[in-house]
Amino acid sequence: MKALMFGWEFPPHILGGLGTASYGLTKGMWECGDMDITFVIPKPFGDEDKHFAHIIGASQVPVAWRDVSYDYVEQRIGKLMSPDLYFRLRDHIYADFNYMRTNDLGCIEFSGKYPDNLLEEINNYSIMAGVVARTIDCDVIHSHDWLTYPAGIHAKQVTGKPLVIHVHATDFDRSRGNVNPTVFNIELDGMHHADHIITVSDLTRRTVIEKYGINPAKVTTVHNAVTPLSPELLDIKVERPKDKIVTFLGRITMQKGPEYFVEAAARVLKLDKNVRFVMAGSGDMMNKMIDLVAERGIADRFHFPGFQKGRQVYETFAASDVYIMPSVSEPFGISPLEAMQMGVPSIISKQSGCAEILTNVIKTDYWDIDAMADAIYSIITYPAMHDQLKEAGLEEVNQITWQKAGQKVIDIYNKVLNR
Amino acid sequence: MKAINFIFNIHQPFRLKRYRFFEIGNDHYYYDDFANEDIFSRIAHRSYIPAAETLLRMIEESKGKFRCAISISGDALEQAEQYAPEFMDLLKKLADTGKVEFLGMPYPNSLASLSDDPEEFLLQVKVHAEKIKTLFGQTVKVIRNTELIYSDEIAPLFVELGFKGAVTEGAKHVLGWKSPNYVYSAASAPKLKLLLNNAKLSDDIARRFSDTSWGGYPLTADKYIDWIASTPAEEQIINICLNMETLGELQPRETGIFQFMEALPRFAAERGIDFWTPSEAVSKLKPVDTLSVGHPISAVDEGRDVSAWLGNRLQHEAFEKLYSVAERVRLCDDRRLKMDYWYLQGADHFYYMSTKQFGDGAAAANFSPYGSPYEAFTNYMNVLADFIVRVEEQFPMSIENEELNALLTTIRNQATEIEHLTKENASLKRSIDQFNVEHSPRKPAKPVAAEEKAKSGKKPKAVKPKAEKQPKTEKKTAAKKAEK
Repeated sequence: MKALMFGWEFPPHILGGLGTASYGLTKGMWECGDMDITFVIPKPFGDEDKHFAHIIGASQVPVAWRDVSYDYVEQRIGKLMSPDLYFRLRDHIYADFNYMRTNDLGCIEFSGKYPDNLLEEINNYSIMAGVVARTIDCDVIHSHDWLTYPAGIHAKQVTGKPLVIHVHATDFDRSRGNVNPTVFNIELDGMHHADHIITVSDLTRRTVIEKYGINPAKVTTVHNAVTPLSPELLDIKVERPKDKIVTFLGRITMQKGPEYFVEAAARVLKLDKNVRFVMAGSGDMMNKMIDLVAERGIADRFHFPGFQKGRQVYETFAASDVYIMPSVSEPFGISPLEAMQMGVPSIISKQSGCAEILTNVIKTDYWDIDAMADAIYSIITYPAMHDQLKEAGLEEVNQITWQKAGQKVIDIYNKVLNR
Repeated sequence: MKAINFIFNIHQPFRLKRYRFFEIGNDHYYYDDFANEDIFSRIAHRSYIPAAETLLRMIEESKGKFRCAISISGDALEQAEQYAPEFMDLLKKLADTGKVEFLGMPYPNSLASLSDDPEEFLLQVKVHAEKIKTLFGQTVKVIRNTELIYSDEIAPLFVELGFKGAVTEGAKHVLGWKSPNYVYSAASAPKLKLLLNNAKLSDDIARRFSDTSWGGYPLTADKYIDWIASTPAEEQIINICLNMETLGELQPRETGIFQFMEALPRFAAERGIDFWTPSEAVSKLKPVDTLSVGHPISAVDEGRDVSAWLGNRLQHEAFEKLYSVAERVRLCDDRRLKMDYWYLQGADHFYYMSTKQFGDGAAAANFSPYGSPYEAFTNYMNVLADFIVRVEEQFPMSIENEELNALLTTIRNQATEIEHLTKENASLKRSIDQFNVEHSPRKPAKPVAAEEKAKSGKKPKAVKPKAEKQPKTEKKTAAKKAEK
């Protein structure tokens, strides 16, 4: 089966969980066999893993005719796309987009990030999708998250193939209910055009059904999974201080509930001074959190190491005794699974999607700082609690594989194709 | 000749309230009174009371032919006294018929028999026996340990307590090809006779009675007695161990469970099957073989082992912490502290920490007041931490148990010792008096008045300091010891 996927992020250059999930799922589907997947991303760097999917960079897709030679293309973008594919794509330009800002190859440049002119970039992405859809043969179209829904809809209109959209998050999660109407409309439009909607948790599924008014029969949950860690990462050893370390890792924004972590920390520190709390990440609420920490008088025990990437993330896990994710609303939340892979006991909010599939973690309500503090205290005080969570958690998380998730997605493809 | 031996168990734990770590050292009340009252009175009215009434009727209608045994934990008795006194009256009525035997068990339905502190277990069973004696006027002769827990190591403790027999599980991995429908003797204590639960026939009532997908459905008294009658003729005793709440709660009234029970004696009589109490079975039957149980067995889970309570690290940690202060608590005099200690020992607290929820431990999850085993552990450990703080307030942990014991003995014996010494003192005084009288020079009657004067003035002077001195030195040595 041939699938054409539109995504926004792809490892190793990722900004959030979307890239990790897209990568894992694609790989998991490929492992199920008999899948030919073309994955379109805005801006590849050339170091992406290509063995299980054909990566097409939107920045290399021509939307305006340029008379260029094979050698020139080879020299310009050879690392990212084969010139043959470039010329095939050039043959499928469907309108004159010369009025747009295109480069010497007739391509639109994408940042692949979340710039201020994001809406413009989304629109450009959908223009580019028209070319790709006319060139690449596929059975089904799959759009990852709202940024790529317009591209998916366009591709569906061009090819007449069924569209599956993958809801990794909704604007209700990102904004704590304070929804941006433009984003909401893009999401709603995508859901209406989709033949089937995949959500990453039942929590998100309910949001899609209740807030967007979608027919429940059209929405299926496929929980995310984790990619097994390399032995190199598992082996990371770091110098451990005497104190116990409790870690929060993620964007410091309203959605992630950082203030509840600070309050819980203050409660623990009132009784046990031998603990350090780490809030790793950056975000719009960081300064507010620093103020709050100072206000509670626990700044000497509370640390802000900033944004962590790549190996640093795993080093942070390796140094931690407890991982905590007090998200107010988390469609899935892959990081507790990663913490568990590194053998770190996790505390997660009941309002996060991963709580639906995890057993060997502590679940509390995000607002229940007493319960959270209690759980932290218990894990750092009783070795049995730590070890039981660590071992049972490791065993559990190793059973959650992308291949199983991939198979579910393939089943959905078969359903929309009536096979 | 065949007999059925019904054994009903009644137990409800004192469930703990939500207890956060910052309450440690501040809040010394641990129980969720609302939940305990709610659950106990619900079960009492749905199950215990109608069940006890049914048993009474069965005894009456069969003219005493129906007999059975009841084991009820101290926790359940206390809750019954508090929340359902009418049930206590029914239990007393049952005891008065003389057809219901009460069995021994550890007072708080604890796992003390699995700890390496036999004293604690012995004490709990003794106190329970006393309570049964005062309430129902019966001396317990047969023991039914918590959840039928039993092993070769535990058997000698039963004998030490004076029990003639014990009820335990007819675990397949222990019995092998043997049948549970005989009396066995314990390998490690040959005098102790073992009555084994017939798991199949017990579960037919407890688990399958209302299961429409079960081949035996609907189970009638006729059919059930038929099954028992069709066991080989040599098999003489069928032990059916049920939790009392099976009648009315697990198998609700609508399933016809009470009518089923009431019809049993009539059909049994037709087939010539008797009802015995455990002590009758133990005295009438000879053991056919010895039974050796290396690893503890119980009535719970497919494995019939103790892993539902002591299966993971959490449970082991809590168990060790709990029993590490056992001896210390026994040395204390604080009644409240001792009660709390027993309430905390209820096996249920450990059951809630079981992580076997994917397999047959699913039942554990159903009855647990906690969201997860981890929550159960955290809450329990917080309570236990506070409890240990209280124990420490009584006696600092820096003093070794043995030393403390010695000191306490000295203090306790002080009174008797002082008494003893004063007595000795008095007798010495008397002998001195006598000596003085005997050796006083014989003088004419004239100076009698003078001598009397000397007597009253002199003697106290000579004796008094002595009397004061001795207890003083005694106290001094005690104080010296305490200083150490």
